[in-house]
Amino acid sequence: MTSLILSTATRFLLPLLLLFSISVLLRGHNEPGGGFIGGLIAAGSFALVAIAFGVRRSRRILRANPRTLIAIGLLAALGSGTFGLVGGRPFMRAYWVMLEIPLLEELAVGTPLLFDCGVYLVVLGVTLTIIFSLAEER
Amino acid sequence: MLVAVLSGFAASLAAPWFYKIVRGAAGWLIALLPLGLMIYFGVFVEPIAAGQVVVVSHDWVPSLGIKLSFLVDGLSLLFALLISGIGALILIYAAVYLHGHPQLGRFYSYILIFMASMLGLVLADNLIAVYVFWELTSISSYFLIGFEHNRESARAAALQALLMTGAGSLTLLAGVLLLGKAGGSLEVSTLLKNGEMVRNDALYVPILLLVLAGAFTKSAQVPFHFWLPSAMEAPTPVSAYLHSATMVKAGVYLVARLSPVLGGTEIWIQALTTVGGITMIAGAYLALRQTDLKRMLAYLTVSALGMLIVFIGVGTSQALAAAIVFLLAHALYKGALFLVTGIIDHQTGSRDVKELGGLRSPMPITATIAALAALSLAALPPTLGFVGKEMLLEASLAANRAALTIAVVFASIIFVTTAAIIGIHPFFGKKIPTPKQPHEAPPSLWSAPAILAVLGVIFAAMPALVQGSLFQPAVEAIAREPVTLRLALWHGFNLPLTLSAVSLLFGLAVYARRKAVIEIVSRLQIISSWGPQHWYRLILAGLNHLAERQTELLQSGYLRYYLIIIIFTSLAVAGSKLFIALDTARFTASFDARFHEWLIAGVILFAAFAAVVARSRLAAVAALGVVGYGVALVFVFFGAPDLAMTQFMIETLTVILFVLVFHHLPRFAILSSRFARVRDAILTLALGALITIIVLIGSGIQLYPKISTYFIENSLSLAHGRNIVNVILVDFRGFDTFGEITVLAVAGIGVYALLKLKPQKK
Repeated sequence: MTSLILSTATRFLLPLLLLFSISVLLRGHNEPGGGFIGGLIAAGSFALVAIAFGVRRSRRILRANPRTLIAIGLLAALGSGTFGLVGGRPFMRAYWVMLEIPLLEELAVGTPLLFDCGVYLVVLGVTLTIIFSLAEER
Repeated sequence: MLVAVLSGFAASLAAPWFYKIVRGAAGWLIALLPLGLMIYFGVFVEPIAAGQVVVVSHDWVPSLGIKLSFLVDGLSLLFALLISGIGALILIYAAVYLHGHPQLGRFYSYILIFMASMLGLVLADNLIAVYVFWELTSISSYFLIGFEHNRESARAAALQALLMTGAGSLTLLAGVLLLGKAGGSLEVSTLLKNGEMVRNDALYVPILLLVLAGAFTKSAQVPFHFWLPSAMEAPTPVSAYLHSATMVKAGVYLVARLSPVLGGTEIWIQALTTVGGITMIAGAYLALRQTDLKRMLAYLTVSALGMLIVFIGVGTSQALAAAIVFLLAHALYKGALFLVTGIIDHQTGSRDVKELGGLRSPMPITATIAALAALSLAALPPTLGFVGKEMLLEASLAANRAALTIAVVFASIIFVTTAAIIGIHPFFGKKIPTPKQPHEAPPSLWSAPAILAVLGVIFAAMPALVQGSLFQPAVEAIAREPVTLRLALWHGFNLPLTLSAVSLLFGLAVYARRKAVIEIVSRLQIISSWGPQHWYRLILAGLNHLAERQTELLQSGYLRYYLIIIIFTSLAVAGSKLFIALDTARFTASFDARFHEWLIAGVILFAAFAAVVARSRLAAVAALGVVGYGVALVFVFFGAPDLAMTQFMIETLTVILFVLVFHHLPRFAILSSRFARVRDAILTLALGALITIIVLIGSGIQLYPKISTYFIENSLSLAHGRNIVNVILVDFRGFDTFGEITVLAVAGIGVYALLKLKPQKK
């Protein structure tokens, strides 16, 4: 399945979509978005590459095995929860750091961000595991 | 104390690596740990004998009031010394016995886990801790019995022991929790003072039965006794350690430990003396029939355990003293005999009595040890076994229980007979050729049983060594009153001595005519083929059968049946609840909506209908997509942008997935029967109606105060986020989300496995 329009468009769309997915992930705490949606968008963009150029190319661009992403994501989410335990507090107790960034408002960075990144990776990994396995089924 | 108990667990982790590094010497070096522990506990002997009680407490689960606390008194100290002392000997013995076994490192690991759990079990003060260690001994014993795991019978025996003791520990857990409620504390040291309160509790009888069920399964009482002889599949050092000296005595320990709390009532005495008495007789009787030395010893152990239970049940301080002395005597001689059996097996290749004979000249040292231990088993002077048996007889006479005295004499007769079979038969008489040419075992092999057997004589000859320091505090811990013990080999001519002499004569007579006796016993075998072992097999087979049927029924492998089951269940559960609550429910939802909302609703309905009647697969997929996008639009209009975005993405990805599987699917055709289609239509319409009604009613019901206000107020201040949905997902209810992504991950891997790991084509 080759289509000049699709493959040309995909070349430009992939970086844009990935950037968009990350921005959706990061802004999720204040605006609509978050790890789940971001992960789905990223998975959609890799699926686009798989349709336009084939699964092998899509895998090469992703570099990591999608199943590894699942594991890393789960570990990140679990790890963000254990910060609380270290301080003798309940599991998943959030910790926040206030970052002063010049010209911008004060930015809060905390363990829930790590958790959200974990969600992002798990969703991306699971979706791509399914899509790639199905697409390779010949 | 905590370090002492937990050191075994730490060492068990290191043991396999340690074994790889030092190989041959590992057993000796690892044995230093239990030896050190024995010395450590030895330090306690003097203060405990002086009347002290040591309680050490650590917080474990403070929110539930569970502490990791330890109680050292006479009873727990006696057990701790036994466990660590015999543990050291067993490790040295096993190093030679299992020499060159490829998994010896793992063996050390298991046996250390067991030792640590057993120490924890007898020392723990908190009942929850007792229960946890109790389970740990079951699990480690499972690994040890099944150590030679490539033998089917070993695996079956391990499973049997695990199931039997596991079932018992479940009832024990229930009993322990109820006991904690009744006595107002989970600490044994506190419960010991609240015995009156527990015995007057309304739940006293259930508590008693639950706890006893746990103790009886562990200590192999009739009708749960059969797992113990099966467990002889374990390597002999394990049988000596777990199945004679320590683990099977855990039940005895528990009964003794809780005797001041639960004991003394009519039902307690009845339960213990009846079950223990039957076990004592049945075990002895069954031992007579065995020709395998290990199985014979196992049945004798069953009998001895029954004896211990009976005398704890009788509960007079005289009976308790007799039980404690007999307990130590039994641990010493039975451990020694098991190890001797191991030596015979190791050196000759057989442990069947019929294939052994005349081993005295090639193995003189082993023969001497066997004779010493057998003397103790037969309760002949100058051994601790004799002292213990005399005390048992004396206590039973003093308690005025004729049936008990007769039962003890009966067991004693068979003990004498079997002692002769084990101690005399293999070593004397005509030499019988064995699979291996017999020669004397190395000192590292015979030293362990030698120490045990000789100790049995020393303690009897010089009772002052252990009488005041070990026995007396142990008995006082159970009796809860000062006790004076006078152990002696020579009690003068009295009734117990006469009874002992009678048992000796009868026992030897049975030995002399054993062929005829075994003949008679085997004829009665028909009874035991319907014994508990048979029921165990029936129940296990039935359970497996039930599981198979249930799986066949529920796991059909067809998506439509799974859907039917899910829909039907939700209809039944939610529908019935709704039906009950229908008269109090009110429809409060309002039906005024703006034009575009009606339009979307119409489109969704139309698309759903189109999906059902579609004549091509592509049309059906497209129509479903319209439904999905319509729902997403509803989310947009009602202020749920996060949901809407997610829904849009899911719809898009669904289309991609459909495209991917498209050419794998067969031609679109209607294959289902008319009946199936009508059935599916009814089910789905019913589910749709149910959900609609629930939504309409549910929006008007407020069971609990709204929690959304809390989230709205605290989202920014506590979690630094203005998007409340996301804050709930990753912070307030992050644990839920963690569960969800875990499920997602499992599902993804499941799909991967289904697609990639196809069965090999033949």
